Amino acid sequence: MMDTFAALAHGMAVAVQPMNLLYALIGVFLGTAVGVLPGIGPALTVALLLPVTYKLDPGGSLIMFAGIYYGGMYGGSTTAILINTPGESASMATALEGNKMAKAGRGGPALATSAIGSFVAGTIATIGLAFLAPWLVDVAVRFGPEDYFALMCVAFVTVSATFGDSPVRGLTSLFIGLTLGLIGIDKLTGQARLAFGVPELLDGVEVTTLAVGLFAVGEALYVASRRHHTEEKLEPVRGSLWMTREDWKRSWKPWLRGTMFGFPIGALPAGGAEIPTFLSYSTEKRLTKHPEEFGKGAIEGVAGPEAANNASAAGTLVPLLTLGLPTSATAAMMLAGFQQYGLNPGPLLFAERPDLVWGLIASLFIANMMLLVLNLPLVGLWVRLLAIPQPWLYAGILVFATMGTIAAKPSVVELSMLAGFGVLGFLMRRFDFPIAPVVVGLILGPIAESQLRRALAISLGDPLTLLQSPISATLLGIALIALVAPFVLKGLGRFKANED
Amino acid sequence: MFRFPARLVGAAVAFTLAAAANPGFAQQLELKLMAPAAPGGGWDQTARSMQQALVASGVARSVQVTNVPGAGGSVGIAQFVNGAKGDGNQMMVNGFVMVGALAMNKSPVTLEQVTPIARLTEEIQVIVVPANSPIKNAQDLAAAVKADIAKVTFAGGSAGGVDHVMAALFAGAVGADAKKINYIPFSGGGESLAAILGGKVTAGISGLSEYEGQIKSGKLRAIGVTSEKRIAGSDIPTFKEQGIDLVIANWRSVVAPPGITPEQRKTLSDAVEKMVKSDAWKEILKQKGWEDAYLSGDAFAEFLKKETARVTDVLKSVGLVKS
Repeated sequence: MMDTFAALAHGMAVAVQPMNLLYALIGVFLGTAVGVLPGIGPALTVALLLPVTYKLDPGGSLIMFAGIYYGGMYGGSTTAILINTPGESASMATALEGNKMAKAGRGGPALATSAIGSFVAGTIATIGLAFLAPWLVDVAVRFGPEDYFALMCVAFVTVSATFGDSPVRGLTSLFIGLTLGLIGIDKLTGQARLAFGVPELLDGVEVTTLAVGLFAVGEALYVASRRHHTEEKLEPVRGSLWMTREDWKRSWKPWLRGTMFGFPIGALPAGGAEIPTFLSYSTEKRLTKHPEEFGKGAIEGVAGPEAANNASAAGTLVPLLTLGLPTSATAAMMLAGFQQYGLNPGPLLFAERPDLVWGLIASLFIANMMLLVLNLPLVGLWVRLLAIPQPWLYAGILVFATMGTIAAKPSVVELSMLAGFGVLGFLMRRFDFPIAPVVVGLILGPIAESQLRRALAISLGDPLTLLQSPISATLLGIALIALVAPFVLKGLGRFKANED
Repeated sequence: MFRFPARLVGAAVAFTLAAAANPGFAQQLELKLMAPAAPGGGWDQTARSMQQALVASGVARSVQVTNVPGAGGSVGIAQFVNGAKGDGNQMMVNGFVMVGALAMNKSPVTLEQVTPIARLTEEIQVIVVPANSPIKNAQDLAAAVKADIAKVTFAGGSAGGVDHVMAALFAGAVGADAKKINYIPFSGGGESLAAILGGKVTAGISGLSEYEGQIKSGKLRAIGVTSEKRIAGSDIPTFKEQGIDLVIANWRSVVAPPGITPEQRKTLSDAVEKMVKSDAWKEILKQKGWEDAYLSGDAFAEFLKKETARVTDVLKSVGLVKS
């Protein structure tokens, strides 16, 4: 433990060198900028910078890459909140409540809670990275296919939190998403499903295309269609621009809980950032004292997922630094960055180049601090975006969404899909179907399917394998309780009511 | 009137001097290089390394890398063949995985349509088992495969990729029925490594560099590599040494569009050859742990044909490609 502190202090000394501070600043700035644009993700930015940094010293450029990574996570949430356009799939849960808050004139507190929540989560998770990495990675590699499947079951049960009022409509949406998830090459047999001979569909539907289509394009169409019915006037700021005492009180617990979801799941080789954000969202919805506000702009629903999102980014660095395993596209690019300097992340890196590793970890703290300083003053500026007249704003959103999609995948098919999903999003809004379950279905469906089939292939078709692994059995138990408990409690309530 | 021509002569002398000092300068190549994959993968890294080496060694003035991801390169090659036809300034990176992907996706575009330029690199493949596995060497694994092939689970990369083909070849080489292999595809090395370390599968297949750290730290045991001869300085035996005829490598190459003139082809081939011989490229190979596997001209075209036939056969035998 003391060694870790000493190493971290040494790392701090490396990170606060003026040049390294400058690299971190460039990194977080670029990261925030690309995070705001849907499509141009942090991975592409790092890929583009890689040849440029060839001549820089390894420490400095890795610090810059880490800054881009964290900054990207920040930037994605800004557009999610303000214009309902998640920059990356992990900020989708943020859009659910965040955009409602922005429309109610509470965009300021929403941005603030997401910035501060990201800072808190990023800091705690980076501490976790420094102290728990070697231990956590041992647990993470023990996660087998059956355990992932059980984790997906837990996630599926909690999806109902995004259903809104009608379970039937919610399930319909979910199944649309699950069907979309079937499109493309089946991971286990390599055969194409529902691709209709279109090569662009072979890789499946891109989550960001679906999310941007449903959320941003659908919303723009809907607003346009309602224009003559009601003249909805957006007020950029109603009440305080900053978080009130009440907002703080309602935010700090979700921040911590979000971190608890994000960090460990991010550290799993197949964990990702989306699942913890949804787990956090549904947890906050269950635990909140203001359930009536969910769906209308509850601050807990922004604070939790945003924290989870950023904590998972730190979690991803656990397998990268300790095993040399990249578990996200950005991490893969960072690995390439390490290799460019002849460094091999893995068990030996901590021993061979402690100055580099601890410098990187320390600079994550600094990057976090810089992001907070960079983003909080911008809140006032950002919310003024909402004062733009609606036709202009939504036209801008359409341009933005289209540009981002083309940047990510320059193809006509992708653009047609965006338009198609936009129409779907419009129809679903018009007929009052919830939108989030579609995206959740697309994210969770394929993972759950391939992990279950992998588990069964390994066990030679024996389904008991799902119960034999202690992790899987526990998670399935949690899923079962979460599924049954509401009904049981309701039944008990009725029972009591009858007795009276 | 007097000064003008003198200045021209001066400029011409300077130009010639620069061109002599820098052989690529005269050509002024401005290349477009497609990586038919998303940023971060092997093809993308190959393309960006080429970009770096081509520019650093002065072979090309500028190289622009574009990413066209999708379906193991099927989307990229379709766009390349149709969009770049006859363009002598474009090239595309490809490799082993594309051969299988095109066959499995019933792609209307094939590798026969592109103009082969050169094979650049290869990565040696390895089979590993967890450190506490009773399997000590390739013969032990062969015996297990022969005893009951369904019970031997192999973890590796995507279905139809080099790892999958290798599992089938291993089964075939030891005299088992390759059709019955229990191969479990994972997306990315992270997930399959977890399955191997956790003892959930019998063996794992991957590029050697991916698991090198784990092998060195003793968490995984390498039971054989697929190179023809033992890698210098390595204590991992080849399969050949252990009496199993299994030689395969995950190669990466670069191709040009269809319909270019022989002169254009020669220009590109010469540029690539100069790049391969440059110090910048050698430095990159060392950093990335890629083996130099330069093979050009007709020899490469022949190799590409043979490899396509071999991979398609294997994929048919495991039922991934319907004949």
